[in-house]
Amino acid sequence: MSAAPILAAFRQSLGEAWAGGAGALLPLGFLGGAAVLVPLGIGSDVETLKAVGPGIIWVALALASLVTLERIFQSDAEDGTLDLWLQTGAPVSAIAAAKTIAHWLSAGLPLALFSPLLALMFQAEASPDLLVNAGLYALGSLAFFFWGGVGAALSATVRRGGLLISLIALPLYVPTAIFGALAMSGGPGSAGAPLFLAASTLFACAVAPYAMAAALRLAAD
Amino acid sequence: MIRGERVLFREISVAVRAGDALLLRGANGAGKTTLLRVLAGLTRPEAGRVTRAAAHHWVGHREGLKPQETPREHLKLWTQAWGSGAETDPVLTRMGLTRPADVAGRYLSAGQRRRTALARLLLEDRPVWLLDEPYTALDADGRKLVDDLIAAHRAMGGAVIAAIHGEAGFAASGDLTL
Repeated sequence: MSAAPILAAFRQSLGEAWAGGAGALLPLGFLGGAAVLVPLGIGSDVETLKAVGPGIIWVALALASLVTLERIFQSDAEDGTLDLWLQTGAPVSAIAAAKTIAHWLSAGLPLALFSPLLALMFQAEASPDLLVNAGLYALGSLAFFFWGGVGAALSATVRRGGLLISLIALPLYVPTAIFGALAMSGGPGSAGAPLFLAASTLFACAVAPYAMAAALRLAAD
Repeated sequence: MIRGERVLFREISVAVRAGDALLLRGANGAGKTTLLRVLAGLTRPEAGRVTRAAAHHWVGHREGLKPQETPREHLKLWTQAWGSGAETDPVLTRMGLTRPADVAGRYLSAGQRRRTALARLLLEDRPVWLLDEPYTALDADGRKLVDDLIAAHRAMGGAVIAAIHGEAGFAASGDLTL
């Protein structure tokens, strides 16, 4: 087995994410919009914003990660590319993981880099280190994309499958959202939270590709 | 093979040897595409098995071309994915795709997209070609091209299984009506 099909799938997905026109702008706009609405809704009291800030941003990040996922496998199923990928002889799970990582690089990583700036807006930074926080957001969003990818693979042949993806993926987002928000809150018990966050992401990266592969085979059947 | 609640076909047996060209015949919905997908390993049969002695090419009725992808990019991608190291320019010339080589898929005509999909056959030598309605959307020139490709492939010891409506432009070694 060679890695060539996996690399090719990665490159094609990367190109596709940007060729869609919006690239990362759509999820970034969604994240920004959602985060900005919150202070308008709950008032501008600094203490309140500090308290809810980390949670709000993780929720917004989770929802924003779902914005672009609908097309990741659906377009392949529609235009016949999926049939070709399934016949390369490379493990389907590896191809699905490559496509997910490509989408994460084009949409998830920009989201993760943007999130600490939004957190500043809430004056909610427990750790003033923006880079560390960006790393935590990146870790969490990677899990969001892998779980979202499972939803996307399951709804690859469903028209307007976006809602279905949310229904499938959101329950799987729970551990990441909990440990992510806890890691940023600086409250009691937050010391070990980054490690739990990393563990939940590793779990997603290890399990989701196999679920995606099974779903994609089913979609082609 | 069961599709939905309907039994499409049962107890059929197909085999191809080097140089063979097998035509799949049948009305719309008879199961030609399904049988090809079973042979390609994309669809699992309810019972029975497929033995593959050699690698195959697949050209389905969906071309596998992305809207933003040009024929040149498409062929480059699959050359890399398959690690075949083929030159894409001669293939583009052979398939009559020199002019639209750098036009994005969404602007191509149906015939040009089909030619792009068929061009994948030339990227790597594989003994078995599975073709689903290869003539679809092609002009007279394109149909002749398909016939020539199939003839050359068989002359080299390749085999073809094709679902074709109407007249095939080559002498088949057998046909199967579903």
